[in-house]
This record gives sequence, C-alpha cells and structure tokens, in this order.
Amino acid sequence: MDTLFGLDYPTWWFLVVGGLFSGYAILDGFDFGAGAWHLFFKKNKSRETALKAIDPTWHGNEVWLVIGGGTLFAGFPVFYGTLFSAMYTPFILFLLFIIFRGISIKFRNMEEMPWWRKMWDWSYSISSIMLAFLLGVVLGNILNGMPLDENFEYTGRGFFEFLNPFSILVGITSLALFMMHGAIYLLLKTEGSLYKRIQIFLKIGMLFFITSYIVTTAYGIFNLNHLLEVFTDHKVLLIVPFLVFLSIANVPRLASKRKYGWAFVFTSLTIALLLVIVAFELYPRLLLSNSNIENSITIYNAAASTKTLKIMMGFVAVGGPLVLFYSYVVYRTFWGKVKMDSDSY
Amino acid sequence: MDVEILSRIQFAFTVAFHYIYPPLSIGLGLIMVVFETIYIRTKKKEYEVLAKFWTKIFAITFGIGVVTGIVMEFEFGTNWATYSRYVGDIFGSALAAEGIFAFALESSALGILLFGWNRVKPWVHLVATWAVFLGSMFSAVWIVIANSWQQTPAGYHIVGEGMQARAEIVDFWAMVFNPSSVDRLTHVWIGAFLAGTFLILSVHAYYILKGRHVLLSKKAFKITLVVATISSLAQLFTGHNSAEGVAENQPAKLAALEGHYEANAPADLYLFGWVDQKNEEVYGLKIPGGLSFMLYQDFDTPVTGLDEFAKEDRPSQVNAVFQFYHIMVAIGMFLIGLSLFALWQWKKGKLFTQKWLLWTFVFTAILPQIANQVGWFAAEMGRQPWVVYGLLRTSDALSKSVQANQVLFSLILFFIVYTILFLLFVYLMNKAIQKGPESDIDFDEGSLNKEITKVIS
Ligand code: HDD
Ligand code: HEM
Ligand code: HEM
Repeated sequence: MDTLFGLDYPTWWFLVVGGLFSGYAILDGFDFGAGAWHLFFKKNKSRETALKAIDPTWHGNEVWLVIGGGTLFAGFPVFYGTLFSAMYTPFILFLLFIIFRGISIKFRNMEEMPWWRKMWDWSYSISSIMLAFLLGVVLGNILNGMPLDENFEYTGRGFFEFLNPFSILVGITSLALFMMHGAIYLLLKTEGSLYKRIQIFLKIGMLFFITSYIVTTAYGIFNLNHLLEVFTDHKVLLIVPFLVFLSIANVPRLASKRKYGWAFVFTSLTIALLLVIVAFELYPRLLLSNSNIENSITIYNAAASTKTLKIMMGFVAVGGPLVLFYSYVVYRTFWGKVKMDSDSY
Repeated sequence: MDVEILSRIQFAFTVAFHYIYPPLSIGLGLIMVVFETIYIRTKKKEYEVLAKFWTKIFAITFGIGVVTGIVMEFEFGTNWATYSRYVGDIFGSALAAEGIFAFALESSALGILLFGWNRVKPWVHLVATWAVFLGSMFSAVWIVIANSWQQTPAGYHIVGEGMQARAEIVDFWAMVFNPSSVDRLTHVWIGAFLAGTFLILSVHAYYILKGRHVLLSKKAFKITLVVATISSLAQLFTGHNSAEGVAENQPAKLAALEGHYEANAPADLYLFGWVDQKNEEVYGLKIPGGLSFMLYQDFDTPVTGLDEFAKEDRPSQVNAVFQFYHIMVAIGMFLIGLSLFALWQWKKGKLFTQKWLLWTFVFTAILPQIANQVGWFAAEMGRQPWVVYGLLRTSDALSKSVQANQVLFSLILFFIVYTILFLLFVYLMNKAIQKGPESDIDFDEGSLNKEITKVIS
C-alpha cells in the first residue's frame, strides 16, 4: 500500500477527517454552548449582545461541518453511508435543528415585536442544546458499536435504538462540555453585568461537565470493554487520558484567576484531546460490528481508492491554509468585546 | 408507500426547495458586485444605497440557502447509502472540494459583507462582496460536476461486485470534464443570473409604478436589464448545447424530452403538446422533422426514439419530462422576447412610460424560478430509472437499513419545517421590499412628481 511519510493513505485520511471534526467541535462547540445559555439571559439587551458575539462567525464555523461531511463522504464512503443511514433519526433531527439554529440567528433581529424575538430566542436555544446533545449521542453510538451485516448495512431496527444509556450519557457530557466552552467564549466577548452573570454560569457549567464526565467514563469503563483494549495493549497511551485530566483541571484554575483567554485554550484542548482518545479507541476501526466482529468497518475496507485519497490530500494541502486564512481574517475583523452598531441585519 | 418512493419524494422536495435560494443568491450576488464596484469607482452615493439594499435581500435568500443545503449534503448518507458507497470516490471528492474551496470562502466573507460596512475599508468590503459572489459561483461548479458525472459518467472504472460494487476514479480530469459538465454548468450559472436579475427588475419596476425611489430604480433597472438580456440570450445558446449533448450521450432522455417514440425515424419538434404514454402518441403543434434539423441540420436524419429501449430502461414519466422541458424552453423564449422588447422601448425612450410593460416585469420574476425548477425535474426524471446513468438503478441505490416509517416521519417534518421557512421567506422579503432602500438623500427630489405623472398618464 502506498504511504506518505511512513503512514498509509487511509490513516492520513483518518487524521484529516478527525482533525476537521475536532475543529468543528471546538468552533461550533462554543456557538452551541452560547446558545444553550441563551434563555438564562433575561434582558433583551443581554440576549442581543450574546447573539452578536457569535453572529459574524458562526456561519464560518458551520462550514467545518460541511467540509467534514464532504471529506468523510469522499474518504470513507462506506462508513458515511452506513453511519448516516443507521443513525437516520438523530441525523434528521440534527439537520432540522441546524436549520432552526441558523435561521433563528438570522431572523431574530429582523423584527421589533417582543413575541417575535422571544420565539427565536427559544428556537435558537433549544436547537443549540439539542445539537450539542445529538452530536454526543451519535458519538456514543459509534463508540458503542452497532450490529452490521456482511455488506456493512446496519441491521438494527426501530426509531429509538439510537438512545441507549451510554449514548445518552455521552450526549449529556458533550452538552456540558460545550456549555462550559461557550460560557468562556461569551466572557471574552461581553462586559458589565452580563459578564458578571456569565461568570456564575461558568461555575455551574464546570461543575456540570466534571460530574457528567466522571459518570460517563465510569460507565464506559465498566460496560464497554472493547474501548479499553488499546490502553491495555499500549500502556504508554495512558498519557493521553492523563493529559485530558490536566487540561480539564486547568480550566477552573484559570477561570478563578479570570484568565479566560487561556481557559478558552484549555477547553478547546480538552475537546481535541477527548477526540484523540476516541481516535485511539477506534483506530483502525471506524465502526465496530457488535453482532459479528468480522463485519466491522475499518479505515481500510471503508476507504475510497488511493487515487482519490491522494487527490484529496492535494485539496486539503491547498485549501486547508486558505480556510485557516479566511477564519483568521474574520476573527481579526471582529476581535474583542461586542460593539453594537447600525449593522444588524 | 415504500421506502423508494418516499425517499425519492423527500429528495426531490428538499433539493427543489434548496434550489429556490442558491440561484437567487448567485444572481443577486452578481448585481451586488456590479453596484458596489460602480460605487467604489465613481463614489456616487446612489450605488451604495443600491448595494446595501440588495445585500439585505441577499442575506435572507442566502440564510435559507445555507441551512437547506446542509440537509442535502447529509441526505445522501441517510437515504441513499448504497449510492453513497457506489459514488463516494467521485461524488464525495466533489462535495469536499466544494466545502473547502467554495463554502469556506463564501461564508467567511459573508461575515464581513453583512457586518463589516463600518469596520473595514470600502475596498476591503468590495473584496468581500466579490468573494461571496465568486464563492457562490464555485459552489455551483462542484455540485454540478458531481451531478453531471451521474448523467454522463467518465474517467472511472468499477471495482467489486453486487452490493459492494463501486466506481473508482481513474482519470480525475476526465471525471471533472465529463461530457456534460461544461454545458450544464454554464446553463445552471446563467439560469441563476436570470433568477437574480429578474427579481431585481421586478422590484424596481414595482417601485417605479408606485412612484417610490423612482430615479434610483430607473438607474438600477437599466443596468440590470442589460445583464438580463445578455443572460437570456446566452441561455438559449447553453441550452442548445445541452440538448445536443443529451442527444449524443443520453438518447433515451432526449427522446423523452421531445416525446419521440419511433426507434429510428426523423423526429419532429413540438412547440407544445401532450404525450399519451399508453399509445405512444404525441398530440400538439409540431414542426415535422424539426428535431432532426436542430440536431443534424437535416429534416430527414433519423433520431433514436424510446422504442429503441427496453421498457425498464426508459424514464417512466415521459409526459412529465416532456412538459417540464417544454415549459422551460417556452419561458426561455419569453424572457428573450421580453428583454429585447424592453431594450427596444428604452431606445425609443418609452421604457418607463408604459404601465403594462412594468407590470409584466413585476410578475416575470417568478418565471426564471419556474424554469430552473422544471429544468432540473426534466433533467433528473429524464435520467430515470438510473441514478448513475447506465450503471446504477435508483431502486438499488437506497439505504437498506432505513424503513418506510422513518422516511415518512422525516418527510412530514421536512414538509412542516420547509413550509414555515417558505412563509418566513415570503414575509421577510415582502417586508424588506416594502421598506425599500434606505437613504438619507432623496434621489427623487424635484423629479419625483414629474415622474409619477409620467407613469400614470
Ligand atoms: C450532485 C447531485 C445532484 C444535484 C446537484 C441535484 N440532484 Fe436531483 N437527484 C440526485 C442528485 C442531484 C440524485 C441523488 O441522483 C437523485 C436522488 C434519487 C435519484 O434518482 O437521483 C436525484 C433526484 C431528483 C429528483 C427525483 C427524480 C425522480 O425520482 O424521478 C428530482 C425532482 C430532482 N433530483 C431535482 C433536482 C433539483 C431541483 C436540483 C437542483 C438543485 C437537483 N435535483 C440537483
Ligand atoms: C443535491 C445537491 C446539493 C447539495 C448536496 C448541496 C449542498 C449545499 C450545502 C451543504 C450548503 C451550505 C453551505 C454552507 O454552510 O455555507 C449549500 C449552499 C449553497 N448551495 Fe447547495 N447543494 C446542492 C445543490 C446545489 C446546486 C445545484 C447549486 C447550484 C446552483 C447550489 C448552490 C449553492 C449555493 C450558491 C449555496 C450558498 C447558499 C446560497 O447561496 O443560498 N447547490 N449547498
Ligand atoms: C431557451 C431555451 C432553453 C433550452 C433549449 C434549454 C435546454 C435544456 C436542456 C436540454 C436541459 C437538460 C440538460 C441535461 O439533462 O443534461 C436543460 C436543463 C436545465 N435548464 Fe434549460 N433550456 C432553456 C432555457 C432555460 C431557462 C430560461 C432556465 C432558467 C432560468 C433553464 C434552467 C435549466 C436548469 C436549471 C436545468 C437543469 C440543469 C441541467 O441539466 O443543466 N433553462 N435545459
């Protein structure tokens, strides 16, 4: 098999897709988090400020999902087909909430009526909460594995199979993580009494996250043995969970010193490292077939042709820096605390 | 109803809904770029007002275009899993390229376009506007390439068998420039220009009729009319190229578009008609041998007809394909006629003095939209029963694990949510149009009264 710097192409592509989804989780993660807190801001003015904090950039963040989806489709078509059809219901719900989240932000300030604004506030906040939760639920199902047949088709049936104790726990944890992350982002963007309020929220958020993280991990350790294999086989890898621990511990420490910029770096790092753990737990598998392990989807049997992967590596090599450059320009332009001006479409 | 029918309805419904907005965004983007460029070069305030006004409308169409587009991207996985595995190599790379090269540019620049008027220098803002426009043009590129590959596959080979068969790229550029890409892409782009320009013409014609923003609207109308005329003429050209391509590469589709049954005979050209599928007859007004002439410049050259194909290899809805196609062409001809007529009136100085002409423009905005929709329906239904022409049947392309009740559930949800979206869209557009361009200077000063009396008399 062809390699590049010693790694084969499917592995490279696994890293690319993983990197894109981590980027998506970090970026849209704080949008979801900000949205999840939204209803707790009581005054219209506060809500406007909180919304304005993410308004110019959330759309760019969402593009990471679009790119992630495209690269997943291109790189691992087999996995893309199986995952999305197996998780039909949660993904359809996800798409509908993506719609509501987007149009709520866009349309809220187009009318003055209080009921209009309240309606969009609710739809924005509930969508954000559900999006954060559903992402976790799907991740929980991937970690859990699914029954697959020899054509890699999902053989489970029924509407609600995607909800099981583990996936729900992962869903709650991801919501909590994003809420913590989002609160910190809002602290970077706000001032005055709103800022004071969010400081309190952040404390709640941290507590919420740490509790749910511990519960989920404990549940996983006792019930999902296949996830531990990689750590018992390669003890050195235990360094990663240890780093996660350090990274999480850093957040309250920095928050208590009001170093929110750094705290934000560490919540982002936490998200990335948690996904690194997921990557280790899976690799080289993408989806465990828990009915017959032979039918599991791996990066090798799911990958597109090497030629496509090579072409796509070229795309990423050229396009990746461009995407980062655009993001840089946009964040640069809207740097610092939210300023209200006449440009609110 | 079974999964196949439900999934097809859902796909057609969601993509047709998506396709209301991107063409508007692309077409409005074109004119926004024109207005803002004129403004930066001449510093004339009225072009700034126009650019800002249309940016506001653009924000509405763009917002809905984006959220409905994300649905499309993931629907391939949710409903067409076998198809996704089959074409992942080709289609996936096009979608990924689209995300990386088009959407990232578009959406980042959008932040500056909408919120940056007071934050960046005017030329930076102009660059952002151009970037949004070019980004939207690029997004059409990749998705149309992917779709064209489904119509006329090239540059691939098939590996694996049965359920695990898949198409793999062997020649990337042959895949990109497959026989129909260029014709269809240019046709889609121009269709989008038509959607945007005729909306702008409609709104400004309305203002002129109502005596609001009259001077401003006249300027905008004239500039846009020029673009619209060029586009409508060009659309005939690209459409004709498409038709020739279809004749060569998808003869069964062409036969359905034109309602031509006899296996090997000179083909007539219908101006309009009705296909009786049972008896394989077409009734209507025709030019005998006309299609043969269009394709081969000779009235007697035979054209492959539907009878050449086994029943299961033909599109099942010949009459629908026929009608959709003919509606599109009729609209295309009407747009050419209307815009040329308007130019002629302009030359005679009577462009803005005839109420009926302005009212015609007000209502014409809907026609390019209809043409865009029926164009896709004709192209896609004419491709049936294949999802990848000649290679993969639609009925084999489904997600095996998804059940009918799940699709019914999602279809109902989409239906409800999209209805809400559409109502919101109409409401917000109407409101923005009624409110009109914001300007501190009244460009209509003095001339206003004179203009109104002129229009009304
Ligand atoms: C790159 C892919 C692609 C693109 C750009 C489009 N489509 Fe398409 N379309 C498909 C890929 C596809 C498909 C996945 O290939 C479908 C799904 C089922 C099928 O047979 O083909 C399809 C089916 C399909 C059908 C159902 C046909 C039938 O079941 O008889 C309609 C009406 C449309 N499409 C309409 C559109 C419209 C209005 C589009 C404008 C944006 C459009 N398509 C763009
Ligand atoms: C089934 C096929 C299609 C898929 C999967 C698809 C996918 C998408 C996605 C994911 C987005 C959102 C991007 C973002 O987040 O910024 C989007 C928006 C967009 N799409 Fe589509 N799309 C399809 C059909 C088309 C076609 C045929 C065109 C060509 C004209 C098109 C043009 C656009 C444009 C210009 C946008 C930006 C939003 C707007 O301008 O309204 N799309 N599409
Ligand atoms: C003026 C005469 C026109 C002719 C002869 C023409 C011809 C065609 C043909 C042959 C196709 C099928 C291509 C294929 O299946 O590969 C097509 C598709 C299409 N047409 Fe037209 N067309 C005309 C006008 C228009 C107008 C005015 C619009 C919109 C404003 C339009 C929008 C479309 C669209 C969106 C498609 C589907 C995409 C594609 O397949 O290219 N057409 N047209």
